[in-house]
Amino acid sequence: MTLNELKIGERARITAVGGQGAVRRRLLAMGLTPRTEVFIRKFAPMGDPIEIHLRSYELTIRVEDAEKIEVTKIEE
Amino acid sequence: MVFALAGNQNSGKTTLFNQLTGSNQHVGNFPGVTVERKDGTIKGYKNITLVDLPGIYSLSPFSKEEVVSRDFIIDQKPSAIINIVDATNVERSLFLTLQLIELNIPMVIALNMMDEMRESGSTVDIKRMEEGLGVPVIPISASKNEGVAELLEVAVRTAKTRQNPKVTDFCSGPVHRTVHSIRHIIEDHAERIGIPDKFAATKIAEGDDILMDRLELSQNEKELIEHDVQEMETEMNMDREAAMADMRYTFIDNLCAETVKKSGYSKAHSRSLKIDGLLTHKTWAIPIFIGIMLFVFWLTFGIVGTTASDAFSGVIDSLIGVVDANLTNYGINEVVHSLVIDGVFAGIGSVLSFLPIIVILFFCLSMLEDSGYMARVAFVMDKPLRKIGLSGRSFVPMLIGFGCTVPAVMATRTLTSERDKKMTILMTPFMSCSAKLPVYGMLTGIFFGSSAVKVIIVLYVIGIGLALLCGFIMNRSVLKGNPVPFVMELPNYRMPTGKNTGMLLWDKARDFLTRAFTVIFLGTIIIWFFRTFDLHMNVAATADISMLAYFGRLIAPAFRPMGFGNWMSTTALITGFAAKEAIISTLTVLVGGTGKTVTEAVAGLFTQRSAWAYLVFILVYTPCIAAVSAIRRELGSSVQTIGVVIFQCAVAWVASLIVYGIVGLIL
Repeated sequence: MTLNELKIGERARITAVGGQGAVRRRLLAMGLTPRTEVFIRKFAPMGDPIEIHLRSYELTIRVEDAEKIEVTKIEE
Repeated sequence: MVFALAGNQNSGKTTLFNQLTGSNQHVGNFPGVTVERKDGTIKGYKNITLVDLPGIYSLSPFSKEEVVSRDFIIDQKPSAIINIVDATNVERSLFLTLQLIELNIPMVIALNMMDEMRESGSTVDIKRMEEGLGVPVIPISASKNEGVAELLEVAVRTAKTRQNPKVTDFCSGPVHRTVHSIRHIIEDHAERIGIPDKFAATKIAEGDDILMDRLELSQNEKELIEHDVQEMETEMNMDREAAMADMRYTFIDNLCAETVKKSGYSKAHSRSLKIDGLLTHKTWAIPIFIGIMLFVFWLTFGIVGTTASDAFSGVIDSLIGVVDANLTNYGINEVVHSLVIDGVFAGIGSVLSFLPIIVILFFCLSMLEDSGYMARVAFVMDKPLRKIGLSGRSFVPMLIGFGCTVPAVMATRTLTSERDKKMTILMTPFMSCSAKLPVYGMLTGIFFGSSAVKVIIVLYVIGIGLALLCGFIMNRSVLKGNPVPFVMELPNYRMPTGKNTGMLLWDKARDFLTRAFTVIFLGTIIIWFFRTFDLHMNVAATADISMLAYFGRLIAPAFRPMGFGNWMSTTALITGFAAKEAIISTLTVLVGGTGKTVTEAVAGLFTQRSAWAYLVFILVYTPCIAAVSAIRRELGSSVQTIGVVIFQCAVAWVASLIVYGIVGLIL
């Protein structure tokens, strides 16, 4: 599944970061690397962008970019 | 000696810079690019200059800020790098740190926000971290000025003893092998052009073409490298970019696991989450944002701004009175008396009285920016702005545009796409800048009495509406394209420090005063000259046979359809190009007299209907010369800049005519 499909608060681990160019580099630099744990904090009032939590900070990304990030849910 | 200050955005970099340099700051640009460069002399060390590099997250070749930073370090070889790292956000901050270390220049880490770490009961094993990174790590709290003296001491010692980082190899496994092999191939090339080979090797493994070109490798060498990198990609089962990022974060994760003990969220973090529960709330975010903006404008135009402004202009008026009386007693030549009192004092005085309002507006905007709220605004407004093809980030320059178009246009530098930048620059002048406020204040006061504030609010709304309309049209015609990527940190809310805010306000006030005593001073003297003399260089008996009246009459017919085709109001528009405040100083000088008589004389120039048209024209027509030169700098094209000026004037003319028509129907 992809990052945008998670429900709010559901924890998951990144398996692959797709996309290309500047956006992808930025995502990698901001710490969205494979094996990183992440969850969705909230959606913006109009449903996009998304606020995610990773590496003990908050990051916003757009739904279209989140669609390119593969994750697996962490079973609790 | 030169020290470079590098770090992420929101890491407290500006606070540390202000602590280290005090008021000895100089703002300029990096050569050839429009990225701001701030220099300062370090307090107590006259021979050390501190260069504040832009806030960045990486040293990739993808953004101007990052390229500028790495070029500065590689080419200028500073004596030391001070890398500020947010301890509450240490993992992501160290991503930049590792790349800086690879540049192999004496470096110290300022581990900031240690006060917040302590508060939440989190700890960092400083010694272990120093060992892992091979550079000194100094815990500090920039906002409380803790540890800053020690940081400086260690930085100076590290620079003087030329202590390069002790560890420069952070990789393991296949990446290590590849980087090592690339390093071997490029060693000579890198040495020739003075780039640290370790840095060059990791960057090339990452696919950095800019650096690849600089190294001037042979075809054979390039193929060898490509082969190595592909091998790494296969073994890691990732492409090169992901593999390198993964390598760095793996090192960081291991280091942090050993050194950082976090006990849950820091206080600032959990407070931020609570605040965001409201400020980025699904339903309440937008109403609250509008509420905050209304509050800001109420503070500025309402009781606080007006009281301060009235008090200030009272002081100025009494000063003018004293000078006037003394000059008259002295029996000074009448023309000189007129120059000093009617020209200089009346002109500058009318502008100066608005200093308090401008300071209040900038105070509010800087509080919103420094507290971290602007990032939330970008988050909330991203989706609606995408409808006109922009990102939430474009919203920030536009908001700053309400203060001043110059910094707003400069703020478009943070936008990574040229298209977004152009569009934001075109839309920003529609956001009514604070210099127009004095003009609105005076004219609405005269013509609309108690509904003055309502008229001003409507003017702001018209400006915003026109901006959206232009954006909408441009997005579908000349500036088609996709909006920029939107990957943005939401920093913890923090109380802006008094020092930062104070210094920013002082900067703005000084800017305003400088303009008042240079551009506007010169402007008022020129206007006084053209107003006092006629075409034959004789003292004009009345203003309406002066040279200025002659020029004003030349262009006046263009404004007759809107009902303000009189030479005084058109002349004021000409001088408004120098600075918007000059519109009122010109009107004041032109109608002659002071206080009540000015009000009456100006009241004779317009009707309510033509005052509306005049105000709308002022709202939209060409930005002032300072803003135009900022636009010229950012667009990098004189032709396009002239285009912007003509475009704004044309829109202003049409909008003014339409408003004149509509108001005519209503009144």
